[in-house]
Formats: sequence, structure tokens, C-alpha cells
Amino acid sequence: MAEQNRVVGIDLGTTNSLVAYLEGGVPVVIPGEDGSSLVPSVVAVEGTQVTVGNGARGTLLTQPGNAVYSAKRLMGRGMDDVRDELALFPFRLATTEHADDVLRLQVGDRTLTPPEISALVLGQLKKNAERYFGQPVTRAVITVPAYFNDTQRQATKDAGRIAGLDVLRLVNEPTAAALAYGLDRKKEGTIAVYDFGGGTFDVSILKLHDGIFEVIATNGDTHLGGDDIDSLLMHIALDEIGNELGLSATPERVQAVRKAVIDVKIALSVDDAAKFDLDLGEGKRYQRALTREQFETVIAPVIARTAGPSKQALKDAGLLPDAIDEVVLVGGSTRIPAVRRLVDEVFALSARGKRAHTELNPDEVVALGAAVQADILAGGSAATSELLLLDVTPLSLGIEALGGVVAKIIQRNSTIPASATEHFTTGVDGQTNVAIHVVQGERELAKDCRSLARFDLKNIPPMTAGMPRIEVKFLIDANGILQVSAREQRSGQAAEVEVKPSYGLTDDQVEEMILASFDFAEDDLNQRQLIEATNEANTILEAVEKGQKHAAWQKLTGDEIEKIHAASLELKASIEGKDYKTIRSAIDSLDKATHRFAELMMDTAVTSALTGRTMADAGDKLGEGPSAPHPFAAAQIDTTDESAANAASALKPKA
Amino acid sequence: MTHFEIFSLPRRLQIDTAALEKSFYKLSRQFHPDRFASRPAAEQVAATENSSHLNDAYRALRDPIRRTEYLLELEGVELEEQSVKATETARIAGVQKKQIVPPDLLEEAFELNMQLEEMKMAKAAGDDDPQLRKDLEAAQTNFSGLLAASQRQLEAEWASWDAAVDSGDERAKDAAKDEMVALLNKRSYLRNLLRDVTAVLE
Repeated sequence: MAEQNRVVGIDLGTTNSLVAYLEGGVPVVIPGEDGSSLVPSVVAVEGTQVTVGNGARGTLLTQPGNAVYSAKRLMGRGMDDVRDELALFPFRLATTEHADDVLRLQVGDRTLTPPEISALVLGQLKKNAERYFGQPVTRAVITVPAYFNDTQRQATKDAGRIAGLDVLRLVNEPTAAALAYGLDRKKEGTIAVYDFGGGTFDVSILKLHDGIFEVIATNGDTHLGGDDIDSLLMHIALDEIGNELGLSATPERVQAVRKAVIDVKIALSVDDAAKFDLDLGEGKRYQRALTREQFETVIAPVIARTAGPSKQALKDAGLLPDAIDEVVLVGGSTRIPAVRRLVDEVFALSARGKRAHTELNPDEVVALGAAVQADILAGGSAATSELLLLDVTPLSLGIEALGGVVAKIIQRNSTIPASATEHFTTGVDGQTNVAIHVVQGERELAKDCRSLARFDLKNIPPMTAGMPRIEVKFLIDANGILQVSAREQRSGQAAEVEVKPSYGLTDDQVEEMILASFDFAEDDLNQRQLIEATNEANTILEAVEKGQKHAAWQKLTGDEIEKIHAASLELKASIEGKDYKTIRSAIDSLDKATHRFAELMMDTAVTSALTGRTMADAGDKLGEGPSAPHPFAAAQIDTTDESAANAASALKPKA
Repeated sequence: MTHFEIFSLPRRLQIDTAALEKSFYKLSRQFHPDRFASRPAAEQVAATENSSHLNDAYRALRDPIRRTEYLLELEGVELEEQSVKATETARIAGVQKKQIVPPDLLEEAFELNMQLEEMKMAKAAGDDDPQLRKDLEAAQTNFSGLLAASQRQLEAEWASWDAAVDSGDERAKDAAKDEMVALLNKRSYLRNLLRDVTAVLE
């Protein structure tokens, strides 16, 4: 069944998330139950009930403390990174012991880490896809901002695992967009992708040649997006509401203002002026007009921040603006006319009689590209067999040397996978541990770079100081995630590498969350499929047993009887194996072997369990139409269901 | 496997970079992990390894200076101290790198260092000596020219090296190696001087 091979592409966005797949060589976005292709990246928790998407947006307005949004900005971040941001977000942080511990958010009466929140969003997309296909979906490609560092990527991968998804690849968002654009027309040349979304900004420069999408340089800011524009306007509105109306900024008012600000922002991309008109309760209204000119003055500093990374990317690529053949605009914030003017200027577009590409919906283009990459990874099809992405690592990788200085071992914009080998030794006689601090970033001192992890090389054979020769291999994989392995070369012994990720989850923590999360439903699903297959197998075996006393049995040839016996034995053995797929295929074999027997019995107008089974089976298969609800999808909402009860309890923090 | 072997190339320094790129794309299609996403885990791990070696090799070979440094290292030359990387690290750490002053630069370098000191002192005192600035600017032009010239000399040595490889002349190979080491050293020295001059002139 080809569908089992299906891999979906997911755009896990700051504001909205989407899931898409490739159908007949064309990427298509999969709609949710409400028919909308966008799932707002908002999660609401009320009691044991978790709501994701549009439903959760209502909660945000009525009970802001029970909802969380823009969690992507918190992925892989520490307490110190987000302090400033929290002023306008309704997030309540649970206390953490160390500054570089993973963040924990208080949502309703739950404590959730950003990867768990993202996992809930991913879970909704998974559910939408399963509903659409009428089949379980377990493999996905997830997009991340190109400028995401190792920790942020790892956090995204963790989120996928917690949601029960096998994340085949993390793809950089601008690269995905290029893939979506480059698919239908065989493009050649150098393109720039300017991706200004809800929370992040990326710019990538790619060389397209003969189906190869080679990223030459990338740059960006993972904390720059539409959210920042909203913040500026919210500050103004809340100040005025405080000063002129004497109303305090309660969480409910903040969210009401945020919604109004977003509406005004969107209107000003089309109109020259827009109005705030907010009922704030207590008989007070906030009314204010804003012209596009005023709006542009306010947001100028924010959008100006995208120029630096764009110019740096050009510089790193060793190109002048006029070497860029085409520019592709991605992300909702590129709808703002002032942003388009900036892009035009940076890449000298209209001066060269060119225009930036906006043919594909900027909200969907990343998901569409993810679907293309998903198809490539699933083994490819006619549309994608010639395509290959060669991406780069956005940030230099270094190790902290003596005096807190960074020794760079892999330069930024190196094509990934990329590797580097370094040698270390001991400083003290008999020393058995060596600690390595790995950082990411362009600054010269380790304290100014992003701490990725501290590696402890353990079990080094005791020797005189300076004698051990420990070879450490750093490998950045195709996801942009670092892998480290070590070997003491004199003894040939593999040194044990213990990783302490900064701001991230340890493997054990992720495992725990997987066990605890509604991926449990996935396990349940396997369990359930095993139970169902076993039951079915026993039913058919019993029927065959009984059938032998039937008159029709005598009409079978010796060969046919032998085949039925062989298939029965195979099925009995498969039940012992406890793998539902094997059992299923053994059932099918026995089914085939008994086909004529069933016909003979039908001829004699006798019904038996055999035919009953086939009817039931056919009934199951009716559910496989594209829009039919997935048989297991309901399990996650229906709290009376056992697996859902598991899922619900799983969301509570472990004592 | 050496970087050259990955591309089935002899250890020659003059490389057709367009052909190298073509070869890189072809091998990428063969080794990239994306091609193995549906294969068993062991094959995926191998693909990541292979692909990383391919990428590392391409990165080193497409850049002429890195290519030269890499070849010299393969040939057993201890380049560590003169490599771009060592220079960077020493600069960041503020450590005085063991740098051999190229003999033909001794005199000019000595004079320049004096002027640099003077300029630094003048700047610290808040003065700007226009004559000194002019001298330094002249030196900047001079050393930029020398750097460009050393690049041409290096390219000439690539040809000598390749010819020696083709004819199997070991003595000519050694001579080319020595010459390239000296030139790389000179380049690294010139680059440092230029950086210092530019910093002071800013």
C-alpha cells in the first residue's frame, strides 16, 4: 500500500501552521475539519480539555491565562532570552532552577515546555491529515527558520517526536519556499528568498541548477517578525487606553487590543487608513484612526532590521544585488507595502525592471515546499526525482578554547552535512574526563555566542598528562543538528560522550514526554491494531476449523485443502509474532486460500463467519475515502475513550 | 580517502572549478542523505558520513588557497602555524603567533611597524598626523599590490607543482612545495599587516 509510505510536509509557524502533501506532482494544503487550511498556532488548556487552532483563539480573548500562542519564539530559548518579550505576551513562566534550563509555561493548570506546546499544534495537523487520508500519518518533514540554531532545531524535532511523528527532515523555510517556486518551472539562476513571517526573519540565497537547489548563504533573525510590529502598535494603544481612558491593561484587554491591532495592520496593507474601535467594558470605547503613513513611521525601525541580514547574505554569497535573478517573498509580513519597498531597494529590483515573486500565497508557500521535500524523502515521484536540496548551516560552530575564546571548527554557510575533527588531550596526570563546551555564533568570545551543549568525554584511560589523544568528531547532519562522537586514539577506546544541552530537553526528558504524551495514542493505536488483527485471525481460524465439517469442504481438491492448512499454520505462527502487519498479511493469505471454499459455501446459501469477516472488512475500507473521518482520530478528543484519558493525564507534569 | 580521491582527481593544484562543481552535484545526487531517507538506519548514517566528507572536500578544493594548504598538509608539511585558521585563532586570542617574517619584507615591515606605532600613539593622544596617514595609505597600496603579486606567484607554483607531478620529478615537487610554503607564509604575513594598517587608518 503506497499510502503507508506517505510523508507529509508541515510548516510549524509562529502564527499559523499548515500541513501539505504532494498529490499527482502538485503540492496541496490539507484543510482542517472547519475547511480552513491554516491552523492558528494557539493552544488552549481548560481542565483536561486541550484545544488547538481557531477554537483556542476564543479562549485567548476570554481566558488569556488558559491559552498560549507564538510558542515558536520560545523554542530552544532560556529565561534570559525571553524576559523582554514576556511583557506583552500572556505567558506565565513556571520557575526553573537554572538559567539554562528549558522554559516551562503555566497554561491553565498545566505546566508545558515550548516543545510540548508545539507538539500539540503538530498533533492537530497530524489529526487533520489523518482525517483527510482516513489513515494514520506518522512521518513528516517539518520546516524551521533557516537561522534557527542547533538548540531551536532540536526543540522542533523533539516536538515532532512528542507528537508521535517520525521527523524525517527539518527543512529551512526559505529553502522550502524556493522548492515550491522551482517545482513547476525548471528554473536556473540565482534567487533570493526573503521570508518575513510572524516571529522570524530569514533570507537565503540559492543557486538553482538542473534540479539542484544549492543554498549559498543564509542569514536572519529568529526574533523578528509580525509580532514585533504588533507589539509596537499595542504599546501605543495600551498607553492611550491607560492615559486617556484610565483603564488598566488587564490580560483580557491586552488580547482584545492585540486582535484589533492585527486587524488594523492587515487593513493598512490595502487601505490608506484604518480605525480602532474597541469596546473595553465599563462603558468605555477606544477609538482611533491610523493612517498608513503613520503606521509606516512606527514600524520603520522593525522592518529596517531585515536589511542588515539581507546585505550580509549577499556579502557572504560574494554577490552584488544585481547578480540576483529573482526574489521570492514569503511570510505574511511581506504583504506590507513598506516591506516590499525595502526588498525592492535592497535587491535593486525595479531599477532592473524586475519585481519580487508573490504568485504563491505567502502563507502557504513554505508548507507547499515542505510537501515537495516530503515527497523527495518518501522516495520521489516523477515530479521530484530530479530535485535535490543542498542546504547550509546558518551559524559557525566553535569550541571554547583557553581564555573563553572561540575556535571555529565549522564555518557558517558550509553545506550540510558538514564535519570537523579536533584533537584534545588531558592537562593532569591520570585525568579521565575532558569537558568540551560547544557554541554556535559569529562572535569571538564564547560568552557572546550561543551555548549549545557541554560534552563530557568520559572513561579516558588514565595516562600521563598530554598523552591521551582524543579525537572528537563533530558532524552537522542534514537537519542542521550537531552530532558528536569521540575516540581515544592511543587505546582505540570510544570515549563516552555525555551531552548536557543548554536550554533544551535531554533525551530522557523527551522519552518521558513521548511516553506521557498523546503519542501514547500512537502506541495504543499499534496495540489496538494488534488486538483487532489477532481477534480477526482467531475468528477466521475458528471458521476454517468449523468449515471442515461443512459439506462444501468435500468439494475442495487435495491441493486446495493443503494450501488452506499451510495458510492456517502461517497465521497461527504470526499471532505468536505479535506484529499486526504480519498477522494482516497472513489473514490475507488464508483469505485467498479459502476463497473458493467461501464461494462453494455461498453457493449452498450458507453464511459463515468467513464471509462475515469479508463483509466487515469491506465496511472498514469504506472509511478510507479522502474526506472520511479517520477511525482513530476521535480518540484524542473523546475523553471517555481510554487512550484519550491517557493523553489527558499525560499532559500533566510528571511529579 | 583524501579530498582529491573523493573527486577521483590527481593531487594537482590547477583544477577546473566548473568541472569540480558538476562532479560535486553528481556525487551529491548519489550520496546525499535525502536519497536514503526511506532506507535502513545504518544506510542513512553512512549517507550522512559520506555526504559530509563530500561537502568538506568540495569546500576545501574549490577555494585555491585552502586547496593549496590542504595539499601541503597531505604532503606532510607542518602548516599549522601559517594556516589561515591558526592566524585567526591567534588574533582572536591576542596571542603573538610564531610568524616568520619573509626575508624580502624585513625592511619594509620594520618601517611600517614603526609608523603603525607612531600612528597609534598619535591617535591615542587625539592627534592625526596627515603626513603619517599619507605614508600609511601608501604602504596600504604597496602591500595590497604585494598580496596580489603573491597570488600570481602562487598560481605559477601550482603550474610547477602540477608539471612535477605529471613528470614524477620528486626534486621539482619538493622545490615547488618549499616555494608554496614560503608564499603562503608571505601572504598570511601581508594579510596581517594590511589588517593592522586598515585598523589604524579607520
